[in-house]
Amino acid sequence: MKKIHVIASAAALTAALSTNAFAGATFDSVKKKGFVQCGVSIGLPGFSNADEKGNWSGLDVDVCRAVAAAVFGDASKVKYTPLTAKERFTALQSGEIDMLSRNTTWTLTRDSSLGLNFAGVNYYDGQGFMVTKKLGVKSALELDGASFCIQAGTTTELNLADYFRSNNMKYTPVTFDTSDETVKAFDAGRCDALTSDQSQLYALRIKLGNPDGAMVLPEVISKEPLGPVTAQGDEEWFKIVRWSLAAMVNAEEMGITSANVDAKMSSDDPNVRRLLGQEGIKGSGLGLSDTWAADIVKQVGNYGESFERNVGQGSALKIARGLNALWNKGGLQYAPPIR
Amino acid sequence: MSVHTPHPDLPPPANIVGVVGWSRANLFSSPLHTLLSLFALYLVYLIVPPIINWVFIDSTWVGDTREACATTTGACWVFVKVRFNQFMYGFFPQAEYWRINLAFLLLIALAIPLFIKSFQHKGKLAAFILIFYPIITFQLFSGGHFGLSHVETSKWGGLSLTLILAGVGIVASLPLGIVLALGRRSNMPIVKSVCVVFIEFWRGVPLITVLFMSSVMLPLFLPEGTNFDKLLRAMIGIALFQSAYMAEVVRGGLAAIPKGQYEAAEALGLSFWKSMGLIILPQALKLVIPGIVNTFIALFKDTTLVLIIGLFDLLAIIQQAFADPDWLGFSIEGYVFAASIFWIFCFSMSRYSMALEKKLHTGHTR
Repeated sequence: MKKIHVIASAAALTAALSTNAFAGATFDSVKKKGFVQCGVSIGLPGFSNADEKGNWSGLDVDVCRAVAAAVFGDASKVKYTPLTAKERFTALQSGEIDMLSRNTTWTLTRDSSLGLNFAGVNYYDGQGFMVTKKLGVKSALELDGASFCIQAGTTTELNLADYFRSNNMKYTPVTFDTSDETVKAFDAGRCDALTSDQSQLYALRIKLGNPDGAMVLPEVISKEPLGPVTAQGDEEWFKIVRWSLAAMVNAEEMGITSANVDAKMSSDDPNVRRLLGQEGIKGSGLGLSDTWAADIVKQVGNYGESFERNVGQGSALKIARGLNALWNKGGLQYAPPIR
Repeated sequence: MSVHTPHPDLPPPANIVGVVGWSRANLFSSPLHTLLSLFALYLVYLIVPPIINWVFIDSTWVGDTREACATTTGACWVFVKVRFNQFMYGFFPQAEYWRINLAFLLLIALAIPLFIKSFQHKGKLAAFILIFYPIITFQLFSGGHFGLSHVETSKWGGLSLTLILAGVGIVASLPLGIVLALGRRSNMPIVKSVCVVFIEFWRGVPLITVLFMSSVMLPLFLPEGTNFDKLLRAMIGIALFQSAYMAEVVRGGLAAIPKGQYEAAEALGLSFWKSMGLIILPQALKLVIPGIVNTFIALFKDTTLVLIIGLFDLLAIIQQAFADPDWLGFSIEGYVFAASIFWIFCFSMSRYSMALEKKLHTGHTR
């Protein structure tokens, strides 16, 4: 761990020294290349995964596509670089990729010392619990005395200990080396509950012998805001990524979907007209075309559509919106206004 | 006068020939052996039928979706079937698969004459395969010329990438290894120390570190915007790493050649390279065939480590397929498939090396 730290700081230093000299370079080079080079995960169900034809899809992938739609008016102008967790920041710092959309948690260390800019949050993740339905538990606070299947040596193990200690509850840990073993043990009934990041729990649930026999509890005991990242040094580019994501969330809030975006063009609502480039600042502030946001919604969909298609009810994962519902529907997804 | 015809020999008793005789002699020759044999048979009975059931009898082979396997208790080979092309070709555009096929067919076609005894120009053909074939293959894979569309190396993957990595590693590491081994035994101090340092350095670091450094650290030292192909970096890393191991294997062979052979070569007035090429190396390499093939097999399996730098070799592309939400939970099928492919290749390599040893056998082995 310490070694990685040293490498990371060395990387950050090099990046900080080199990127300043190239301010504004990313946006220019993207326009020149004609595509966005986007770093994604090498495989995370619903967030970035490739189908049998090799087409990438997922919630994280949709952010890359949204940026391409905003810049080029064509969501398909993206090239994907699958990255492992260790490589992701170097790839960004060295300019190998233009943006990173790879379930990366926004933390102070990363934002301040690695030469990165977090452009927003496209998924609020956090550690949760999965239990069998026949246990009859509705809340994590009823889990006093339960046994937990945990993957050894992870931060989830620590979070669990903290959570139970602060709530004065007891638990029995049953530890395993890999995530697969953990699921097998839970499936075999060796423990009452399983704990991991919520987005993972839904994927693990599908692997159970009887997925409907298990449920994910609503409690989230740690904060893992995941979002797209750009390298420091090109503010213009950073803003394009930030507002591409914001446009998707705003579109959902205004009820604009890929299906009705053309009809909404003639809407009287000033907010809708501003978002779709009918009036107001349009794309000029970002150096984009007037219809940049309309292109995103038309080709990628609004945030809700993307969510349901990739990880929500329209997918095999069936993740509930939860924290990722819009702010006015009890969630946290809130985007600054476009005006 | 009648000639005495001896009575024909009686056949041996039925219970000491055939299956019965063999089992009596080998499996049930004493009470202890009988007990052990029965125990082993019981283990086979415990293990084999469930595996056969899972793989063949209870498994699902037809269908295109996850639903086809909904009620299966055995393996769901549909998962492998649906993804088969991707496992073989990676993210290569489907319309261009023929280029990969052509490259491998070409290799097979070129290699066949090498196994025909009466073929005269084996040396020339081998040189062609080693020098020009890689260039042709690279052009076919990468394209960009002769009307072939360009395919970036990031789209290469699957079994074809595994074979490319292993092929490059094997072809590059053997000559490099021989040169290093000769260098290490040289009397020239600079050559010797360079070779020793090289070998000890590369043998001293794990391959995973080499790959990791090439992928994570190297880009930071290069000027921004220089994009040194990731696959090329991995290939260079693997080739240098394996050549160090190869050098030590070859050095073992060189050390096993009696001193008289070196002296005889010198007495004939042969130059260093001639005495090596005509007398020492043919004997030394023959001696270490098992070691060389051992290194090749290890190299072939080590190529899976490129996963950590985001290259999709056979194993990585199979693991990537596990992340498809439509196909979650079929990892065992994927791993079994990967294992069987690796086994086929490694086993063929080891059989080939045994055949080669037999062919080159000159009666020196004890």
